[in-house]
Amino acid sequence: MSTVYLYALVGVGLFCLGLYALIVHSHLLRKILAINVMGSGVFLVLVALAKRTGDMPPDPVPHAMVITGIVVAISATALALTLMLRVHEETGRAELADEDRG
Amino acid sequence: MEAMTLLTWGFDGLLGLALLWLAWLALSCEDLFRAIVLFVVFGLLMALAWVRLDAPDVALAEAAIGAGLTGALLLAGLAKLGVDDTDEKERPENRSVQWLPMVALLPVAVGLGYTIFSLPTNAPGLSAAVTANLEASGVSNPVTAVLLNFRGYDTLLEMVVLLLALLGVWSLGGTALRREAVAGPVLDTLTRLLIPVLILVSAYLLWVGAHAPGGAFQAGSVLAAAGVLGLLTGWRPRSTLTALPLRLVLIIGPAAFIIMALFTLLIEGQLMKFPPGKAGVLILILEAGATLSIGATLAALFLGEHPQNKARK
Repeated sequence: MSTVYLYALVGVGLFCLGLYALIVHSHLLRKILAINVMGSGVFLVLVALAKRTGDMPPDPVPHAMVITGIVVAISATALALTLMLRVHEETGRAELADEDRG
Repeated sequence: MEAMTLLTWGFDGLLGLALLWLAWLALSCEDLFRAIVLFVVFGLLMALAWVRLDAPDVALAEAAIGAGLTGALLLAGLAKLGVDDTDEKERPENRSVQWLPMVALLPVAVGLGYTIFSLPTNAPGLSAAVTANLEASGVSNPVTAVLLNFRGYDTLLEMVVLLLALLGVWSLGGTALRREAVAGPVLDTLTRLLIPVLILVSAYLLWVGAHAPGGAFQAGSVLAAAGVLGLLTGWRPRSTLTALPLRLVLIIGPAAFIIMALFTLLIEGQLMKFPPGKAGVLILILEAGATLSIGATLAALFLGEHPQNKARK
């Protein structure tokens, strides 16, 4: 039972780490990494909570959702990387323009 | 028994800490190349975590996609950016810990943690419903039953998402790999040996998914890995293959799903409701189409640009 909470808490930790990095870092590749880490955290919470079935095998529905999620995450990553390369092509920097920084 | 519990606890604790530590290093180390390599290691450890959580299907998908293909995609993206952009050292704010976002995130973390502990400790969810209907689903692996039968329309939509992502990449023009890898004799021989093995593994995963961990997504990503390996050693599909045949392979999965959905709607009166006797065969057909499309789409996403671009230039 406690395994569930251990992994669910690690999932929460990963989500928050990813969110922090997403806010702090300006390089777009780092932001893409951060979003992937956030996704992993969400998946970990989902699958950990699916194990709350006592001695029965875990609930397969969240498992299927997470497999779907992993495939969606990689297609989103590929699209994000192409967008990053286009930003780099247009502006010469792999960062989004920031008004204050000039 | 007591020692065993202690051992698994120690393992789970270490794995959890290692995951957090690797994620932190990947997100904070200065060198982007190192960050991506750390992220790949993180993905492999995630696969271990899935095994510990009794989710072997997810573990297979994570090992093939999360650790393998995502890493390849990210490294290719970094290579296309060029070397000058890998250095973030001149930005001091990336090195020091920023307190404001950290303090702001503290309540988020506490709130999420509190929510998890406030959930009921025993929640079987839909597992009873899945077990009760497993007999009629045509397959005996519950995860495959959910993916292809009970919630087949999710997978239908997901095939469309994959296709949309590729269309997005293609319409942005994509970017070709700057340097073509020079395939030495070792890499060449290894690839020649590995690609047939990967195709065989993919077919096995597709077949075994009906009654054991595996299925279309895992099989498709292993197929894509074979394609990526080929692309890395300089292989490019012939131009006769990239016109109509590539497009057909890309849409065979979504098309199979849509045709099946319309078919079941007309015959059974409900979207993706398979007739129980034939469900097994129909699922295998759908999965075969999905495997081909997923493999081709992921490999095309890795290539980035439309394979015909070179002909036009």
